[in-house]
Amino acid sequence: MAETAVTLPSPDKRPWLEVGTFLTRYGSWLALALLILVNLAITPNFATWQTLNVNLTQVCTIVIVGVGMTLVIATGGIDLSVGALMAIAGALAPLIFLGKLFPLPHPLVGIALAFVIPLIATALLGLFNGWLITHLRIQPIIATLVLFIAGRGIAQVFTNGNLQVFNLPEFQFIGLGRLFGIPFQAILMVIIVVTVAWVLRRTVFGREVLAIGGNERAARLAGIPVASVKQRVYLISGVLSGLAGLIVIARNSAADANLVGLGMELDAIAAVAVGGTLLTGGRASVIGTLVGALIIQLVRYTLLANGVPDAAALVAKAAIIVLAVWLQRQNYR
Amino acid sequence: MDSTRLKLFRGIGRYGVLLALIILIVFGWLRYENFLGLFNVLSVLRYNSMFALVALGMCFVIITGGIDLSVGSTAALGSVVAALLSPYGILPGLLGGLAAGFAIGACNAFIITRLNILPFIATLATMLAASGCALLLAENQSVSVSYDSGFTEIGQGDFFSFPIPAWIALFVYLLGSLVLNLTSFGRTVLAVGGNEDATRLMGLPAGRVKAAVYIMSGCLSGLAGVILAAQFGAGQPIEGVGWELFAIAAVVVGGTLLTGGVGSVGSTLVGVLLLGLIFNILNFENGLGWISLSAYWQSVIRGAFLLLVVSIQARLSLRAEEAT
Amino acid sequence: MAPLLHMHGISKHFAGIPALREAEFIVEKGEVHALIGQNGAGKSTLIKLLTGYYRRDAGEIVFDGRQVTFTSPQEAQGAGISTIYQEINLVPYRSVTENICLGREKRRFGLLDWPAMHQEAKALLARFRITIDVRRPLMAFPTAVQQMIAIARAIGFDAKLVIMDEPTSSLDEREVEVLFSVIRQLKGAGVSVIFVSHKLDELYAVCDRVTIMRDGRTVQTAPMSSISRLDLVTTMLGRELTQALQERPSPQPESETAPPALAVSHLVIGQKVRDVSFSVRPGEIVGLAGLLGAGRTETVRAVFGADRSDGGQVTFAGKQNAIGSPADAIRAGMGFCSEDRKLEGIIPDMSVRENLTLALLPQLARHGIVDEERSRAIVDRFIQRLGIRCSGPEQRIRELSGGNQQKVLLARWLCMNPKLLILDEPTRGIDVGAKAEILHLIRELAGQGLGVLMISSELEEVVEAASRIFVLRDGRTVAELEGDSLTEQSVMTAMAHGSGNERETAHG
Repeated sequence: MAETAVTLPSPDKRPWLEVGTFLTRYGSWLALALLILVNLAITPNFATWQTLNVNLTQVCTIVIVGVGMTLVIATGGIDLSVGALMAIAGALAPLIFLGKLFPLPHPLVGIALAFVIPLIATALLGLFNGWLITHLRIQPIIATLVLFIAGRGIAQVFTNGNLQVFNLPEFQFIGLGRLFGIPFQAILMVIIVVTVAWVLRRTVFGREVLAIGGNERAARLAGIPVASVKQRVYLISGVLSGLAGLIVIARNSAADANLVGLGMELDAIAAVAVGGTLLTGGRASVIGTLVGALIIQLVRYTLLANGVPDAAALVAKAAIIVLAVWLQRQNYR
Repeated sequence: MDSTRLKLFRGIGRYGVLLALIILIVFGWLRYENFLGLFNVLSVLRYNSMFALVALGMCFVIITGGIDLSVGSTAALGSVVAALLSPYGILPGLLGGLAAGFAIGACNAFIITRLNILPFIATLATMLAASGCALLLAENQSVSVSYDSGFTEIGQGDFFSFPIPAWIALFVYLLGSLVLNLTSFGRTVLAVGGNEDATRLMGLPAGRVKAAVYIMSGCLSGLAGVILAAQFGAGQPIEGVGWELFAIAAVVVGGTLLTGGVGSVGSTLVGVLLLGLIFNILNFENGLGWISLSAYWQSVIRGAFLLLVVSIQARLSLRAEEAT
Repeated sequence: MAPLLHMHGISKHFAGIPALREAEFIVEKGEVHALIGQNGAGKSTLIKLLTGYYRRDAGEIVFDGRQVTFTSPQEAQGAGISTIYQEINLVPYRSVTENICLGREKRRFGLLDWPAMHQEAKALLARFRITIDVRRPLMAFPTAVQQMIAIARAIGFDAKLVIMDEPTSSLDEREVEVLFSVIRQLKGAGVSVIFVSHKLDELYAVCDRVTIMRDGRTVQTAPMSSISRLDLVTTMLGRELTQALQERPSPQPESETAPPALAVSHLVIGQKVRDVSFSVRPGEIVGLAGLLGAGRTETVRAVFGADRSDGGQVTFAGKQNAIGSPADAIRAGMGFCSEDRKLEGIIPDMSVRENLTLALLPQLARHGIVDEERSRAIVDRFIQRLGIRCSGPEQRIRELSGGNQQKVLLARWLCMNPKLLILDEPTRGIDVGAKAEILHLIRELAGQGLGVLMISSELEEVVEAASRIFVLRDGRTVAELEGDSLTEQSVMTAMAHGSGNERETAHG
């Protein structure tokens, strides 16, 4: 093998590989571009500010959670608890700023705490996931299943299952606000995606994450602190889930522990998978996750805007997931 | 190698769940009146038989080292199809539900064994698809079952004063146990989970066995859907959310390794009953009037229980590892 | 008489790169046929084409008088071709009986007949002089027994042709003898055997004819008795051996007196290591010798902090028992190449560059951000210095040959400027040419003051490379050999001395 490799000048001069590599790397972008073109042609009023905003807000929370999921999956793990953590953050925040947990000296303090405390709570729960996985060596899918089952229950117990309605523009800026006409949550999403993509590519932490997903035993023998890296990854996933939970309740002006983040784990995993991150770990693309989520959302939008029922869009989503993962397999040998 | 210690750990792993179930039953019997009363026992069995069926399919899938996330929405689809066909009688309803389950199972089998896609992702996709199909068929609402054709008997009826769904579950579990232990198919299922490559190189039909396991899981979920429709008098397109994870929890609590290769049908049943009883005991506890725990505690307690079981299992297997 | 197997004009490409080019392979009935070649010469590809694991691009296969194209190992087995793979391909959790009988279960009333199956498994193993409880799970038995079970399974299928791919790699001498007697039995019964091995002694002991492969071609087929060892090796390599490994390094004078870089005394790890002591001085290559299961790997893993030890002192760089994890060891200036390159060494999907700098990451970073420019410079330097053959630093390491992967792993440690390098089987699964290069490199490094601790199952190799050897037996240091007392003979005597029941102890 090696000898043959030497005689070839460089890999990018092999045309048959070039097409494959191109498709693996840019296939999802291509699909996204195609979707936009199709929509421009057939969907009425597609190229409007309104459409963009609708689609962006739909996709924001999925992407934010998906970024954390991408890191988790890159280490070869999975996090099923993200939806439940969203519910917990979403249940906690109103309890705090409505002053139900403890008296507030000043409304603004309440709002600040309503951001900080839920995020700390979900960070700790994420850390708990990581602890189960690294110290008790429970498989990620089971370890996070614990909070998947119990987490929403905890949120429901907090609120007694009641809907908490509120109107608090300062808090709701995270979900409803705009900067230069762009929804604030979209800006937040872009910042998170860019930051984490950069972290994954350029920092020691990012390299360690990928090394652990690629070969955990080898990573340990190369001196990488496997347990600590994994714990941090689940912690990040927890924080991002909490943030997504806050955005959801801010957007709805109401927190419903029964519904916030319901099914989010699957949406996020789907976005990661369509985005080209290897589900067995070791290869990850945060930008890919963004594109994956956009593709799934756009397909749904296209179908809905053209009069296809939402249920049928589910079937289409299933087909996209299978197709995307299958295509990746074809190019990855 | 300290094999007696190893055996001891295994024994605790295997019979610990049974012990926990017995303790829970004794606890309930001592604490609550009517806990072991006929009515309560039968209704617990009637209600949990659906979960038992789904968990059995999941058990086989997990033994092969796979996972099936589509069971819940497959059951929902099964219930819708069964409800739609219920006016034509028991048999069409039953077969319809089974066929729906078979179809989803076959999709899973195809995607996993032919397209070589990870079971997790494949069944995640079919979960969405099944749910979409159920909603389309039911036109986004629950579908009433016909009461004239006798279809509801499958869920509500008794046979020798024992609930029919429990009969079905019992029969299927006996069959499942027989298949796993005494047929070459069953042994191949265990072998595939233990080391798939080796099984393939040994010349065993690993692919076909895996396919069969997913189809089986689909059919059992379809059957659970039929019972669901019959028991509640309606096909429920949005039921079944979270069933897959409940089933996984039951299988894991029963001591089946998620990595595949080790598992038991009987322990899975014990796992289902254990998780089911927690809910039942919660109801009784509320009935006593000392405390009032909302139904929301159910999932918290289930989660805590799952945590307890998996941590004990993890401890035991770490020790067993050290003992070798 | 027509041959049992005739493979003619077989070609196979992987991603456009030829792995086999018009290979010819003929096996007669009732012969033991050796198949040899360097790694990557196409042996395993040829075998996997025959057993239906891969599909050929061109050529034809005639087996037992019929033209065949098997599409699965199952089909090949049905036609009478049984294969024993190098790695034990059995199911660890299942019982011995299941592992032997899976695929041809005995039935009674349509259900499995366990008593009859246990009986058959026992009878089959008796041929290998193995008596064990066949109801226990396979993983309860030592590797060598597992390997024998795998062989018993393959032979149990009334095979016409048995393929053995390096079957002896986990067997000790006595077990190899038993295996050979079974091979002769098979031969007597008219069964043909294809025997793949790197160990020349074994080939001469048991094979009738040999086919040599090189660069995807079958270059020569000859009776074993008519071809000399030298011819065999030169044909296999396709060139004269230019670099002899003969010269023994003269011990560095200053290292005699220098304080040891590593000193281990009375190390205890569970049941496997009971009392191991040795030391490594700077600039010295020290070998750890011993039979399989003597505790060599366990010892070095504990020294490196990869596993926990239960007692004893490890003194490294002047500090006692300061190493609790690989990260500690690396910070203190140690490097460790595991015996299993695939499982514990390379990160297959990462590039050569990323693999090479993995341990160096903390030093390459400023505020957690990797300094890519420096990383590139370092990688370029080591690719050149070690002669790593790759298309560039960004090539994925999985695409490299075993020898080049090993060089990358060596470079992973060398770029850290370590004081001590631990090498567990550094030449396993590497072709002869790369082997010589790696051994040469190790010597050169020791010459520059690096301490090297080396384990190798190839006695010849350790004896040649090391200036001192510690021999382990049953988890204890039993001898320290140096200078004139250091010969293959003396090491073997120490390894075997006084232990009559090797089966019990050698695999613990």
